[in-house]
Amino acid sequence: MTGSAVAARDFSFWYGKNQALHGVNITVPPRSIMALIGPSGCGKSTFLRSINRMNDTIPGARHEGSVLLGGKDVYAPGMDVVRLRHRVGMVFQRWNPFPKSIYDNVAYGPRINLRLRGRELDDVVERSLRRAALWDEVKDRLSETALGLSGGQQQRLCIARALANQPDVLLLDEPASALDPGATQKIEQLLFELKSELAIVIVTHNLQQAGRVSDYTAFFYLGHLVECDATGTLFTNPREARTEAYITGRFG
Amino acid sequence: MSALRRRKAGNIVMLSLTYVASVLATLPLLFILFHLLQKGASTVSPDFFTHMPRPVGEAGGGMSNAIVGTLILIGIAGAIGLPVGIGAGLYLAEKRTGALAMTVRFLSDVLNGLPSIVLGIFAWQFLVRPFGNFSALAGGIALGAMMIPLVTRTTEEMIRLVPNSLREAALALGYPRWRTSLSVILRTALPGIVTGALVAIARIAGETAPLLFTAFGNQFWSTALREPIAALPLQIFAYAISPYDEWHAQAWAGALVLIVIVLVISLAARHVTRARFGSSTD
Repeated sequence: MTGSAVAARDFSFWYGKNQALHGVNITVPPRSIMALIGPSGCGKSTFLRSINRMNDTIPGARHEGSVLLGGKDVYAPGMDVVRLRHRVGMVFQRWNPFPKSIYDNVAYGPRINLRLRGRELDDVVERSLRRAALWDEVKDRLSETALGLSGGQQQRLCIARALANQPDVLLLDEPASALDPGATQKIEQLLFELKSELAIVIVTHNLQQAGRVSDYTAFFYLGHLVECDATGTLFTNPREARTEAYITGRFG
Repeated sequence: MSALRRRKAGNIVMLSLTYVASVLATLPLLFILFHLLQKGASTVSPDFFTHMPRPVGEAGGGMSNAIVGTLILIGIAGAIGLPVGIGAGLYLAEKRTGALAMTVRFLSDVLNGLPSIVLGIFAWQFLVRPFGNFSALAGGIALGAMMIPLVTRTTEEMIRLVPNSLREAALALGYPRWRTSLSVILRTALPGIVTGALVAIARIAGETAPLLFTAFGNQFWSTALREPIAALPLQIFAYAISPYDEWHAQAWAGALVLIVIVLVISLAARHVTRARFGSSTD
């Protein structure tokens, strides 16, 4: 590992009085995929949403410690949340394209954030759709509504929309949990290709998926990071008994 | 077995009762429409829309001044009620639980239930009396004040229907909150807000009470905002209480035109509603 794309140092997080994360230390190397696994309510989504500060809007939320993006604390006073979210793309469990055309969905970020217009914007839209492996399916109907696409296509559109901002890190919150196996496979393949360009953090309930796509896997339990290791090691030779119990399906 | 039969019988009775109730609910409108058509249709001609009222005793003539007056009043009311109502609705939807939001929500419900004659008297007190004359402006402002709570509450409800996931999507793309509200939330809720606005306009278009002491009505052609102005509901009222048969006929025709205007606006509102969250390509 040389350096880190994302790292957490003694990071704790509270929703009001309820502590959701306890002193998490984790390092996501550049150009790699980190899978976050663990039972529901274990804090993995909270951690994911702490990286681009999507938890900020929740009343009573507070944190201690730091989350580093390229070595800089995202919670530092000088950090502009808007800038931060340009650099950290996010894809949600339930695809959420805007009720606009396919083109406008992808152009949404660069049009405002990068102030692109005309040809330049067209290029970014095409490149993003190609990177999301969606271009061939939609190139003839860019002006049609995004809501007419299938679920899997809409989710890939959301990935393209996030990529159009040209982020350094992509966060995915169970991106394939509502998709059929074919669409899931496409997304997984896509992630594999994307990791040559950026770091990816993916929350998943699907252990096979974590095993298939990720380089590193982190197991969260009750707000603690129990174990984090290379995916192959964690799945075949876990250090912690709780990790072994979870991945062998004895709880969770 | 007999218990089952009793339940089935109960079902049929209740079903029949609700059926009768739903027919009764639509009966008044059908009756009014039928009666208006019978009494007023023969008086409604192209002249009715393009000509001024004639003096008593002369047949024919129209209500062009009142139709234009009503449109002007709606324009003034909309210019006040729409921006204020939509802005307040956006605030209420985004700040659900703040003390100010709770207060505004409660007060706008109270304002919504305020009898319109009370609004008219207030408008007279503050917008007519100090200036010494009735005016279109005073009437428009009174109608605008009626529109504000209607538009506020529908805007709030429509914005609340926008899925939170869309808000998150925009925020996660690095959109500042104000831009998210304007370009995603308002944009998505727009068809619903337009529907609410049209319903509010249809509602105030037929209001008479707030205009009695403000716009006052005018037998002559006037589009001046500082002068009394004619309005369809006022003209209908004046003609209906007059002792002349010709004017009675005009009142029926005016009522028919007014109800058709309201119906058309309502139909337009329904049409926009159906397009909600639909295939907008913008």
